[in-house]
Amino acid sequence: MSTEQSNLTGSTEQLNDATGSGNGKGRMPHNIARLAGLMQRQGALLALIVVIILAGWRYDNFLSIANITSVLRYNSMFGLIALGMTFVIITGGVDLSVGSVVAFTSVIAAHVSPTGPIVGLIVPVLAGALVGLVNGFVIAKLRILPFITTLATLLAARGLALSFANNTAVSVSQDSGFTSIGQGDLWGIPVPAIILFGAYLIGAVLFYYTRFGRHVLAIGGNEEATRLMGLPVDRIKIIVYIISGGLAGLAGVILASQYGAGQPTEASGWELSAIASVVVGGTLLTGGFGSVGGTLVGVFLLGLIINILNFENGRGTTSLSAYWQSVIRGGFLLIVVLIQNRLMNRRQR
Amino acid sequence: MEESKSLLTMEGITKTFPGVLALQGARLKVGYGEVHALIGQNGAGKSTLIKILTGAYRRDKGTILFDDKNIDFHSPQQAQMGGVSTIYQEVNLVPFRSVSENIFLGREPRRFGLLDWKTMNRQSATLLERFGIRINVTQPLLTFNVATQQMVAIARAISFQSKLVIMDEPTSSLDEPEVATLFEVIRQLKQEGVSVIFISHRMDELYAVCDKVTVMRDGQTVVTRPIAGVSKLELIALMLGKELGEVRRKGLTAFGKEGEHHADRLLLEARKLKRGQKLRGVDVSVKAGEIVGLAGLLGAGRTETARAIFGADTLEGGEIEVDGKRRNFKSPRDAIKAGIGLCSEDRKIEGIIPYMSVRENLTLALLPRLNRYGIVQRKKQQAIVENFIKKLGIKTSGPEQKIRELSGGNQQKVLLARWMCLNPRLLILDEPTRGIDVGAKGEIQSLIGELATEGLGVLMISSELEELTEGCDRVVVLREGQSVAELSKQNEDLNQDMIMAVMAQGGNLTTAPPTISTAEEKDGNG
Amino acid sequence: MAEKASSNQVNQATNQEIRDETNLTSLPNNSSPPSSPPILPERSFLPPWLRSIGQTYGAVIALMLLLLYNVFFTPYFMTIQTLNINLTQVSTIVIVATGMTMVIATGGIDLSVGALMAVGGAAAPLIFLNPPFGDQTFGNVLSFIVPVLIAGAFGLFNGGLITFFRIQPIIATLVLFIAGRGIAQVATNGKLQTFSNSTFEFIGLGQLFGVRFQVILMVVVVLIAAWVMHVSTFGRYVLAIGGNEPAARLAGVPVNRVKLIVYGVSGLLAGIAGLIVIAINTSSDANKVGLGMELDAIAAVAVGGTPLTGGRATIFGTLIGALIMQLIRYTLLANGIPDAVSLVIKAGIILGAVYVQRQRQS
Repeated sequence: MSTEQSNLTGSTEQLNDATGSGNGKGRMPHNIARLAGLMQRQGALLALIVVIILAGWRYDNFLSIANITSVLRYNSMFGLIALGMTFVIITGGVDLSVGSVVAFTSVIAAHVSPTGPIVGLIVPVLAGALVGLVNGFVIAKLRILPFITTLATLLAARGLALSFANNTAVSVSQDSGFTSIGQGDLWGIPVPAIILFGAYLIGAVLFYYTRFGRHVLAIGGNEEATRLMGLPVDRIKIIVYIISGGLAGLAGVILASQYGAGQPTEASGWELSAIASVVVGGTLLTGGFGSVGGTLVGVFLLGLIINILNFENGRGTTSLSAYWQSVIRGGFLLIVVLIQNRLMNRRQR
Repeated sequence: MEESKSLLTMEGITKTFPGVLALQGARLKVGYGEVHALIGQNGAGKSTLIKILTGAYRRDKGTILFDDKNIDFHSPQQAQMGGVSTIYQEVNLVPFRSVSENIFLGREPRRFGLLDWKTMNRQSATLLERFGIRINVTQPLLTFNVATQQMVAIARAISFQSKLVIMDEPTSSLDEPEVATLFEVIRQLKQEGVSVIFISHRMDELYAVCDKVTVMRDGQTVVTRPIAGVSKLELIALMLGKELGEVRRKGLTAFGKEGEHHADRLLLEARKLKRGQKLRGVDVSVKAGEIVGLAGLLGAGRTETARAIFGADTLEGGEIEVDGKRRNFKSPRDAIKAGIGLCSEDRKIEGIIPYMSVRENLTLALLPRLNRYGIVQRKKQQAIVENFIKKLGIKTSGPEQKIRELSGGNQQKVLLARWMCLNPRLLILDEPTRGIDVGAKGEIQSLIGELATEGLGVLMISSELEELTEGCDRVVVLREGQSVAELSKQNEDLNQDMIMAVMAQGGNLTTAPPTISTAEEKDGNG
Repeated sequence: MAEKASSNQVNQATNQEIRDETNLTSLPNNSSPPSSPPILPERSFLPPWLRSIGQTYGAVIALMLLLLYNVFFTPYFMTIQTLNINLTQVSTIVIVATGMTMVIATGGIDLSVGALMAVGGAAAPLIFLNPPFGDQTFGNVLSFIVPVLIAGAFGLFNGGLITFFRIQPIIATLVLFIAGRGIAQVATNGKLQTFSNSTFEFIGLGQLFGVRFQVILMVVVVLIAAWVMHVSTFGRYVLAIGGNEPAARLAGVPVNRVKLIVYGVSGLLAGIAGLIVIAINTSSDANKVGLGMELDAIAAVAVGGTPLTGGRATIFGTLIGALIMQLIRYTLLANGIPDAVSLVIKAGIILGAVYVQRQRQS
């Protein structure tokens, strides 16, 4: 994004500009930089491991197959949209429409579910990708802020979801094999989890082993420089939003097939969980730095909070409502943002 | 002198922007394996010339021959492909990415469709070793200091098989040992037959590493000479368009017509101001009723001094005394309350509020005093605005006109009025007449003079020698963040040649530390 | 004379070039040369006079057209009842959007307003359903004041993150966007709080001289805000900061203080809006109160003509923008178009308004 506008845009424009133009005057001491990077990346992983160990010790059934598969199955949808969000945030943008797209594509999935799992998977993903294309186009070519654009798409997709579903849940065909996507197992592993890990694997390969992935990171780090170097910045941005939309579509398929119905009113607020997971996983909200693996850790870290809340309530010692989720997510976000900010400011010295 | 084949020949380059003739028949000739310095003051045209070469701008007229071919690049990227690379002042790479990624960004080597990290890292390391740099190329760029980052930028340029590398102020963030390393690299490049265009305002450096120098002024190429045959003083004179030793015409500015200044009590005394690399020990003082000039080349630290005094930047070292009391301004607001004003250098970035009217811009700093029960007292405000419009001769269709519609000169007058209406005791002016037409220039100069006769203290930063010599009672000359001399009318050493000489720091010149004349020493002669 | 004019232009453009001089990295915008003639170049296919009318009165004209359309084509449009319904529905949006206008005028944005509405809406019943000292009157009074103050405090929190921690407004207010509603949900355990408290409900259901109370409240808020922005010194500071923050700072404007206040006020107004909403519904559902309000508010601001980049603001424009959005929704509904579609149209309008704004700026 060009550095044309104000603080508001400075807010999103700077989302990728804060670390931007190299700032030749900053000398970041070698060790602090490495520590910072390390902390960000491994901090979440460490926290996750600690949480798993503590929870496994505290709650009897925490590490049971039943719980693990249920956690995997449930969080697969969040994981998928968080993956797409990772790419978007790394370029310095944000995609607030994913929640609505999930709802929208779940409705579409329900409609096409009679044709079976294959078409039932491809069509909604394409639909999601289409929404992503619109997002990408408006953001890259019309130069409207990602925040505003995707907020508008959030509305539009929700509207489409409701219209396509006539304001009610749309049942999924039970005999076409479609439901096996969400409810089935493959060698004991829930299919959604396989899809999830498969997607992250592909994402990681893209990220670490393709020019595309490296360029995504470069754009977020210093867009002006990457443009100067001749990289096709606009095209990459559009692709990134298409990916986000497509993954949301995939999540919509899982949602429909898991719960047996396309639900136009669901998934509200999922984009926020996705953002929180991405940030907690060590990706800079301002762009240019992050990791796919980190997001996966973040997804499970935040996802386990609900799981743990349930267990805690089950013990009868407390009854923390599930509503603590948002508070905790927001709290995590705040802490991570502050830490990231501190690190950035020290760099600018 | 025989004409040896040149790598680059730019001839007759002309470029006009709406209303501005930026380049007029500029020339530049760089040989193979030559390190060529390009110097000139602000507005001289060097950056425009380079941008035309690299394709960021399109020229109107002229030819560019590069390696015997006529070229016309459309973008810096195309230029890079064609053999011309640029190293920017602010390292323009991607900080979070590793060194090798930065070097190969856009052309990463691949194997079976996937990135070949091993080859990338290996080639990067080899590239850097050519310059004697041995670092872990897999680490993020930002973990290295600026000097190393610049080496990486140079390595990237080389990896494109560049024949010509343009370096824009490459040493501005480097310390001495790093500069030495950079020079080694440049010499290495030279040995390999790569030419370098070296843009810098640090005169000493040019002599250390450059072969030839081209001076530009007012959009034209003034001279191109081997650097060994020209002194620093001559270069400065050429940059400023002065001839050494010539008899100066008087009365080129509107200063001096207002009558004598009577320097009174000490308003401001600043000692050993330090801030980062830009301010490394500046002393300056201003008395009521006198105009003190702050002279120096680009990058000498004049604006930084002004901002530090005004509280716009935090000081890292040094003291400021206003009216004999130690002050530590945490923000411009504090300085304003203490009776100081600062009219900054770049009115677009730090001066005007573009969508607001003349009236609102003019009275912006005065709002606290116009405030009654939370409302702005319109009548009072209106009166003040009209008064200053008349007094300064601001050409506007009315106080309500949006300030962005005014011409530069009139905008500057509004900004000046912004500070004048505060009735400050000390006014700091940073290039008050820059970019203003002759008529308005004169008016502003007389105004400044009048302010001094009325008892204001003025600290004026100016790049125009005439303004300094005719308008100021004393001039403090800064060089590389330090105040190196104080010249005064009283001591009769305030003249253009002297200023240039101090800027150059060559020859026999008593560079005595600036003297703070006390009240007793005043002999009534301004 | 002509010479002087052109030399003025020369100097005008020289400034730009001077800035370019010192920075080789400055790329020209879209490869066009830097130039700053005194007046903006015209860049549109519309004749200048039409454009300028459009700029100043665009929103008003749009509103007029909408009204006319409805007068002719929508049955029962010209009734007091319709007027009442529309004004009522729009009041909360206007109140929140007014705060949003001021925040945007400083060049920032406040995403937390919806969540803060939920917080305010959750706090009020908690207070008057369990009045301290068992004193219902005292409880009622507190239930008006405390929730608003809490929301205001959260607003100050936003402001603090932005001024002292220098976090960008989008990110800073994102925190409460996520956590704020959760706080409200935790406080009420996500349960619907129904109540019957005629004193409290007055704010939402009561009438004064036949006009609904919240409409009066809306008018009062708009008038005060307009006064602040157009007449008061504080308003000048706000606009200066949004117009050119470094210049404002150098001119002695108390930037931090102003920003803190502006975000605090946005929070306060969101709190008030939250009270109104729960009063209208005589129930408070922390899951639903204020959902999507931030978008409605931003849309009203954008459509009303306040640039999202800051530096200029029109409170009345925001009012009109909100009315336009409301009228559009009403028009669609009244003509049988499902609500779902209106969402899509709303999205399109927001994008259109922002796009048009951007064109205006260049």
